[in-house]
Amino acid sequence: MREEPAARAPKALAGGPTTRPLGAVGRDTLAALLEVRDLHVTFRPDVRAVRGVSLSLDAGQTLGVAGESGSGKSTVALSLLRLLPSSAQVSGEILVAGEDVLRMNWGRLRAVRWADASIVFQGAMSALNPVRTIGEQIREPILLHDKVGTRAARERTAALLDAVGVPARRAGAYPHELSGGQRQRVMIAMALACRPNLIVADEPTTALDVIVQAQILQLVTDLVHEAKISMIMISHDLSVLADTCDALAVMYAGRIVEIGDSRAIMAEPRHPYTRALSSAFPAIGDPASRLAPSGLTGDPPDPRRIGPGCPFQPRCAEAFDDCRTRDVELWPAGSGHAACLLVLPDRARSASPTRGNLAQSGEAAS
Amino acid sequence: MSALTAPPRIGRARRFAGQFFRMPTAIAGVAILGVFTIAALTAPLYIHSSDLDVTQATGGQLAPPSRHYPLGTDQPGRSVLLLLIWGARASLAIGVIATLLAVVLGSAIGLLAGHYQRWLGRGLMHLTDWFIAVPSLPLAISLAAVLGQGATSITIAIAITSWTATARLIRAQTLTVEARPFIERARALGAGNVQIMVRHVLPNVAPLILVSTTLTVAGAILAETTLTFLGLGNPTEVSWGTMINEAYTGSAVSRGAWWYLLPPGIAIVVVVLGFTMTGRAIEHILDPRMATR
Amino acid sequence: MTAPALEARDLCITYPPRQGRGPAHAVDGVNLAVGVGEIVALIGESGCGKSTLARAFVGLVRPTSGEVCYQGTTLGYSSKAVKRFRRYTQLLLQDPGGALNPKQNVFDAVAEGPRLHGLRAGLAERVETALSQAGLRPPAQFAARYPYELSGGQQQRVVIAGALALEPSVIVADEPVASLDASVRGEILRLILDLRTSLGLSALVVSHDLGLAWNIADRVAVMYLGRIVEQGRAEDVLLRPRHPYTQALLSVLPGTDADPVVLRGEPPDPTAIPAGCRFHPRCQRFAALDTTDGRRTLCTGQALAILPADAPDVACHLIEQPHG
Repeated sequence: MREEPAARAPKALAGGPTTRPLGAVGRDTLAALLEVRDLHVTFRPDVRAVRGVSLSLDAGQTLGVAGESGSGKSTVALSLLRLLPSSAQVSGEILVAGEDVLRMNWGRLRAVRWADASIVFQGAMSALNPVRTIGEQIREPILLHDKVGTRAARERTAALLDAVGVPARRAGAYPHELSGGQRQRVMIAMALACRPNLIVADEPTTALDVIVQAQILQLVTDLVHEAKISMIMISHDLSVLADTCDALAVMYAGRIVEIGDSRAIMAEPRHPYTRALSSAFPAIGDPASRLAPSGLTGDPPDPRRIGPGCPFQPRCAEAFDDCRTRDVELWPAGSGHAACLLVLPDRARSASPTRGNLAQSGEAAS
Repeated sequence: MSALTAPPRIGRARRFAGQFFRMPTAIAGVAILGVFTIAALTAPLYIHSSDLDVTQATGGQLAPPSRHYPLGTDQPGRSVLLLLIWGARASLAIGVIATLLAVVLGSAIGLLAGHYQRWLGRGLMHLTDWFIAVPSLPLAISLAAVLGQGATSITIAIAITSWTATARLIRAQTLTVEARPFIERARALGAGNVQIMVRHVLPNVAPLILVSTTLTVAGAILAETTLTFLGLGNPTEVSWGTMINEAYTGSAVSRGAWWYLLPPGIAIVVVVLGFTMTGRAIEHILDPRMATR
Repeated sequence: MTAPALEARDLCITYPPRQGRGPAHAVDGVNLAVGVGEIVALIGESGCGKSTLARAFVGLVRPTSGEVCYQGTTLGYSSKAVKRFRRYTQLLLQDPGGALNPKQNVFDAVAEGPRLHGLRAGLAERVETALSQAGLRPPAQFAARYPYELSGGQQQRVVIAGALALEPSVIVADEPVASLDASVRGEILRLILDLRTSLGLSALVVSHDLGLAWNIADRVAVMYLGRIVEQGRAEDVLLRPRHPYTQALLSVLPGTDADPVVLRGEPPDPTAIPAGCRFHPRCQRFAALDTTDGRRTLCTGQALAILPADAPDVACHLIEQPHG
């Protein structure tokens, strides 16, 4: 039936062991809740947004996906429920509880959407319908999927609003009457409405203040642990993801460049991009970043113009000649995997890079 | 000496032209307008006053189309085809001039109302609402009575009743543009009200003005036809509206002289179509969604 | 002592009442100074009035009371005085894409300031210098481009170049890197630091991001509901915060070891400022006070004084006095 992940080509990552919690040996016999195999998404005419992403997620596990604009992370999230525009060319497999989302018929897809997996969208103000009350909007999926009467739906709505910390009497309010933090809570309540097994949260706290962000993250973590829901959280803030998620995947130019246990990656990032990303938001108190902001030169790559070799090479402080020509894959690195020539055992770290880049990388801190 | 020079601005116009001429509707629209404009402008070269003079008409009365008179003749015996071409001059001229007046007035009022939002803006909007409420036809007739019948009064009447649509459109767009951060930046750099309106708002609403213009011309030509049909035009001048008027009053319809009634009507429809297609094509290209590519 | 480059004295900005709600005290008494060559970070959450305060510093918003002083001279609000002031203080906005007129190319965007102030002689050189200083090299490559052709980081550099073209002394930046990619953030912050070193620019950076303050600020002022509640040197405020609000902000940053103090609720809006200490309804220290503690009446009843601009200070009734 299902291939054992370990039996696949040893060089490339094919989902499986690294995204499972360490020590979860006996899990192989259960089907993973979500499994993405070699996903490619191309938008017309030549925008390769996702170029071969594979990952898997077990029930109750949380995965953080980090990346910047153009990395393809939001595209991956939308493709999980087949929410991409019809002009997008999608290939690969997305298995939710064993069924391929990309090949389901329409009726089955509608049943899966929201009841098996739901999304908390980015930008709660635009994702909520401004002319309908929040109560109505939460009730809508309940009425569609659970086939219960309005009274039962209202009760469930009240319970959901309570669970997310919005007073139930505000169910008759319109989105513009709520604050940013409250709107995001409403989005979370909507996502929980049909008791899904998987929630995908796309930048859930990006537009929010620090304290409200902490509140929302605390809420999400509690709810997810309580109900044993799996979660994929997408953000550009590595430290937020490391605090909230078990596993972490870093995306760049449509591919995963590092994946593994989140704490292990934060403690010792293997890919130069991960290092740069984690040093972009400094730790207060770290003397190395005091009056010394660190970042990368250049810009994230244009998805229309990705050449051969490693896509990160133009901005990498540790690039070698090979990096321009050799294709990178996710190779084992530490407890996880990283797509960088540096992690290959035959690559000596001491060899001097051919391009010294003036960006300060996280190396200065370690 | 600096190697840097202010870059030329031709690039944008050329880009626009490139996109524009790739659209079939645009090409068709411009072709139609081109044909009519050229015909109207070159008319004096081949149409002599004798062709238009009622007293010198040589054709048979209300004769059907023949080889000599491709579109037949009217009651006095003039060639309908030559009348049609000559009539294009008056109709197009009135339509275009009235539109220019309306658009300039409407844009100015809309821009000011959008920028000065307090008492001046509100006052201008009340003025606009008043003009919208005034019925256009009685206004036009009253103006004609005061100013005398003819092209001038018709042009003014059309301008006065058309500017309000442009004003409301431009005011709404001005409000949208001024909400964007670059206006605040311009203020922070030291720009005053006039500079903000002229250098920042106007270029950003100009595409809308352009589209509004092409569509207003269509309406103006129709309005001109209506007013001259109702007899407010100068009877001695030839325009499409007067042709339809004469066809009607001269019982051309009951006599079955379709060649007198149909051509001006079709010409009006075709010209309006030309303006509309051009306007839509411009609107499509200048759609802000395309600018972010 | 030289006068500070930019200073607010007892600044109050109140918006008139609207639709059944009271007047909004967006800025409710602020003393804040930016010294010559100094970078001050103004930290606060949305609704605290920091953006309004930033705009008052560049003369875009007239204060209801109090004054803004440039190098010791009070700013007048006649159009001539304001225009003169504009040459010396410039504003950077959060959304660099929106801050550029889409119909203007880079050259015009940068030349706009000088043109408005009548500096037409040597305009091309001025633009070229500004573009180089902002890191857009070679300048000729960027001059003819339009904003939509540039990345977020490049757009922000164009905005910076536009400000530099007027040779200002102070830059006020409102969330300059919040909408930029994480990897680009460092570049822009480094640019601000470099401008301080190379041109002697002072800067007031408004943000909600405490990490940004650690990265570039000499001094930090924390703002809550229209007032500064704590200010001092960056090391002191960020590593040894004394105000409970500052402590809460720092404790919730991911990756810190401290127990996170997640304040409940959201900041009340400026039309309904609590009596006494404006922070007490959400204050964790207040909540921990025993019901018999006499200090509770202080927090609920006695308003705190406005902090002075020139000394590090904290606005809190429950502060433990520093030793020594």
